[in-house]
Amino acid sequence: MKWWCGESCATACVIMPTSKQVFALVDCNSFYASCERVFRPDLAKTPIVVLSNNDGCVIARSYDAKPFVKMGAPYFQIKDMLRREGIVAFSSNYALYGQISERVMTIIESMVAGSEVYSIDEIFCDLTGRREDLTTLGRSIRDRVLRCTGIPVGVGIAHTKTLAKLANHTAKRLQAQTGGVVDICDPYKRDWVLRNTAVGEVWGVGRRLNAHLEAMGIQSAMDLAKADKTMIGRKFSVVLERTARELAGVSCMELDEPDPPKQEICCSRMFGKRMSEIGPIKEAVATYTARAAEKLRAQGSVCKKMRVSVRTGMFNPDEAKYANGVVIELPYPTNDTRLMTNAATQAVDHIFRLGYRYSKAEVMLLDLRQPGEYTSDLFALTQPHTSDQLMSVMDSINSRWGRGTLRTATVPTTPEWAMRRDLMSQSYTTRIDQLWKAKCN
Amino acid sequence: MIAKKRSAEACFSTSARSSTFLPNAVPVMPPIILAQIAPSQTQLPFFAQRVPAGFPSPAADHLEKQISLDELFDIRAPHVYLVKIEGESMMGAGIYDGDLVIVDRSREAQHGDIVIAGLNGEPVCKRLHRRDRQVILQSENKAYPARHILEGDEMVVWGVVRYSVRDHAYV
Repeated sequence: MKWWCGESCATACVIMPTSKQVFALVDCNSFYASCERVFRPDLAKTPIVVLSNNDGCVIARSYDAKPFVKMGAPYFQIKDMLRREGIVAFSSNYALYGQISERVMTIIESMVAGSEVYSIDEIFCDLTGRREDLTTLGRSIRDRVLRCTGIPVGVGIAHTKTLAKLANHTAKRLQAQTGGVVDICDPYKRDWVLRNTAVGEVWGVGRRLNAHLEAMGIQSAMDLAKADKTMIGRKFSVVLERTARELAGVSCMELDEPDPPKQEICCSRMFGKRMSEIGPIKEAVATYTARAAEKLRAQGSVCKKMRVSVRTGMFNPDEAKYANGVVIELPYPTNDTRLMTNAATQAVDHIFRLGYRYSKAEVMLLDLRQPGEYTSDLFALTQPHTSDQLMSVMDSINSRWGRGTLRTATVPTTPEWAMRRDLMSQSYTTRIDQLWKAKCN
Repeated sequence: MIAKKRSAEACFSTSARSSTFLPNAVPVMPPIILAQIAPSQTQLPFFAQRVPAGFPSPAADHLEKQISLDELFDIRAPHVYLVKIEGESMMGAGIYDGDLVIVDRSREAQHGDIVIAGLNGEPVCKRLHRRDRQVILQSENKAYPARHILEGDEMVVWGVVRYSVRDHAYV
């Protein structure tokens, strides 16, 4: 029980919050494409698209490429059009995007009291109790990030997270009028935004929900904010009920705590080309296993089971299709790359069939635990201490000298099945041999 | 209450028989299990440092953290970048071909700063001259003329050069 709920003041005590909560959502504009522009002043006015792994399809577009290219368009289909329109395509360079994201987030975190990184290009901030003009604060965040990283951001400010997201959406939509910062703490502005936003644009309302809501006559965000919350909760879900309450200005979501350790870890990738022999597939599985084991150790867990699977392409009607997977039980909960690689490559022997052209392999770690948590049996085997020591040495070597410096012999340096990334930019900020070059001529 | 009483008894009974508990001696009576010791409120300080058996180091109270080039150049800051130099036009400023420069993007470039700039899309390293409505990118080498920024040119200052690093082993 709270101190102010005591009997003595139960009748008279009305606690007024000193100031209402205020959230900001800062979101990078066309993040991947913007990252590609940071070290390429020559592309400042050139439309850019970024392709998925293996250069499959478009996953990001700069603002000026949006009218020409649909999201998800297969690269091989639009290749000629891109060239005709002078649009430059890049393979996804996650090392670069991750590093620039870190810079952006660090700068924003230094300017606010509390924050929650929501995704690689979005961060929620706590602006509760700030006395200065919030739009001015939003602008100074925007200016500072742009100057220090070259990444343009939009800022949405409101009394709830859902409204902040909506304000951010408005800032983007009305970029020219708003200068990328929208504060809807003012009820008049908030209502204008709610009336002028379709319900489908609200955070958490997907296409299917949208259709249902529209059928009920809920067209705008305002309609959802005014709807009977209990009815929404009964008819749809508590999640949508919460969204409706947040739209009406009642904050139901706090800045989140860091995520609990993951319960499953997965590493799966398409091969750069089809493969029909077992050798290279084992190499790929060993490589994915090593990566998954790294993730496992990074969160300090061990795993007792793994699932290894392979499959052929599924869409080409002329090709024979095959997919199979197997779950392996490890002798003890482990995060030792050697033991796991051994098990995973043996698993490939079980599921590989000759005569197919394989396109993808996947390694999944299951039954994850914290070490020492599992004691079903006093005499059960546990990972030897020497394994822990070796793995920690391996991880520190690889973090200092680059991923894959120390690896199992099954993992090749330049695999024939590697992802196709023909259009990759340099790792300007993470590789000393790929630093940006400036001319003195 | 009961536990307390029993523990007192237990204590008493062991101490009374303690003389029979010699090392390696076979106990005559089965051992009596004492009640659990109650945790104390007093916290004892724990010193993780090793204490030398000899004379204590007179420097122990004056230890300071080590000097770090990362900190000096602030290269972990989100607004600081490393850029490689190609060419000899800035030799007069001590920046040679192949040098590494440490660039700060948070600073507003001032007249006289050495900057990394995008000149018509090309990244260049020059000294920024900004006087009397004129912008000039100056070289620090007589063989390279100053570059006046004219109307058709596009020039953006990318960042300000703070430090430069050279590997003297190759000179």
